[in-house]
Amino acid sequence: METFTGKVWCLGDDIDTDIILPTEYLVFKTIDEMKPYAFSPLRPELAGRIQPGDIIVAGNNFGCGSSREQAPEVVKALGVKCVIAKSFARIFFRNAINNGLLLIENSELPDAVSEGDEISVNVNEAIDYNGKKYHIVSLPDNLLEIIDAGGLVKAMRRRNGLEN
Amino acid sequence: MGMTIAEKIIALAAGKPETHAGDIETVTLDRLMSNDGTTHLTIDMYNKLKNPHIADIDKLVWIVDHNVPADSVKTAASQKKMRDFAKEHGIKFYEGEGVCHQIMMEKHVRPGELIFGADSHTCAYGALGAFGTGVGCTDYLYAMVTGTSWVMVPETLRFNLHGKLRDGVYARDLILTIIGRIGANGANYKAMEFGGDGLHSIDMAGRISICNLCVEAGAKTGLMELDEIAFDYLKEHGDRQPKAVFAPDADAVYEQVYDIDLAEIEPIVAKPHFVDNVVPADEAKGVKIDEAFLGSCNNGRIEDLRVGAAIVKGRHVHGDVRFMVVPASRDVYKQAMDEGLIDTFIEAGAIVMNPNCSVCWGACQGVIGEGEVLISTGTRNFKGRAGHRDSYVYLASAATVAASAIAGEIVTAQD
Repeated sequence: METFTGKVWCLGDDIDTDIILPTEYLVFKTIDEMKPYAFSPLRPELAGRIQPGDIIVAGNNFGCGSSREQAPEVVKALGVKCVIAKSFARIFFRNAINNGLLLIENSELPDAVSEGDEISVNVNEAIDYNGKKYHIVSLPDNLLEIIDAGGLVKAMRRRNGLEN
Repeated sequence: MGMTIAEKIIALAAGKPETHAGDIETVTLDRLMSNDGTTHLTIDMYNKLKNPHIADIDKLVWIVDHNVPADSVKTAASQKKMRDFAKEHGIKFYEGEGVCHQIMMEKHVRPGELIFGADSHTCAYGALGAFGTGVGCTDYLYAMVTGTSWVMVPETLRFNLHGKLRDGVYARDLILTIIGRIGANGANYKAMEFGGDGLHSIDMAGRISICNLCVEAGAKTGLMELDEIAFDYLKEHGDRQPKAVFAPDADAVYEQVYDIDLAEIEPIVAKPHFVDNVVPADEAKGVKIDEAFLGSCNNGRIEDLRVGAAIVKGRHVHGDVRFMVVPASRDVYKQAMDEGLIDTFIEAGAIVMNPNCSVCWGACQGVIGEGEVLISTGTRNFKGRAGHRDSYVYLASAATVAASAIAGEIVTAQD
């Protein structure tokens, strides 16, 4: 299973889709144009500071609100490697998987970790932080296959032999 | 083992005699609704498919309702893409006729159907006993191309309603109370099912308002038992025949059962920036407002406009307040004109606008500026939802919103 290490950005409970990407930017033609505005109602500086490979850690109900798929797309486009939260809202959960954004549920790590810390993630097994292992609720193989392909459409193309 | 309404609808859509919470089923969708919030993304993905095709064109309903009329060149381009695609493929298409969920309720939803909508408030359709749920555009695309999708059968929270709401208390106060009680993720992944003798005392507008807001508790859908009120609505709106009429089995398994005495519900306000941040309206009194909004898929029906008009009749909107009134559909608009409600609003100094998502969408009409306060019958009060990131949205019933528009600060209609 894949293992990676990344720097953590900490957010709280109920990070809604209007925070992840405010309405006024949804009509932009490309996700790249939307990137600078991600999380802007809460932390306008954040999008400019997130580096590829970074990890977002949040509390309960991450992604609550609208079905806008631009929300997980823009998080992925910023290079966020995965989002770890105590829980995810259901529409966001499906949308993230469908766009190849890895989501990990863990109830303890969000309270333990501080912004800027580094954590190691062993997908579907555990998160390593400060000498302690945090158990990961595993995703089934079919969902991991979709994430690995980069989203549902790409996974279907791969399954049909149209893409490697 | 007995089944809930949600389990029965999914079993039917999966072609199985039975299914239960936690099962994952491949289902055939009955209807697929999409609006201008994300359809342009769906089209982009569709056009990149190797052999694009649509499984059943008759099941698609596309509605331009979020930014109507277009407010920028970018919006115009996105809507043109949707309009052209719909025309080319013969997809049922509405533009300028109202908020998508209101149009779906007035013209398309049938009891027993399983419906995907690329909009979170699709759960409104449960007021007619249909399982409506919000999906993103990739799930929508998959369903559009294959006619199917997978769903996990949700656990159900059962709400038994008893008695009757007091005068001056509305279905919106009830659902905000419930969301406050169970929390913004209290029904995450779950279905909320409503029944009991008290349901018969709530009209269709109230029922739609309740089911529509279930997603604000995280729910996959809201579902109601059907009675004469629902059947009359179907008859009056195109004489639609149900696909199936389901009531839960006596031995259906619920994750939790709540009994609610409607007489105990009081006027409620949800304070910024979360829908579950509710207080009795009395505790929000005195907050100065800059704007008031009466409309949306939650509270823009004729019944809501009647409540608002009765309060503002013969009075004038406060000098420091913009009062936006937006009927949820063209039919509602016409009815409001016939009843003289539009005159009443205009004479009171309100700004009456064309049917669309308007202020609730927060990107076209009635956007609020830095530090401003909005009281709204819309669906959400998230930070920045209605405009500037440092602005404040309070959610309340049509009565509280209209009374506040007159007073210039949050008050209840009783004041």
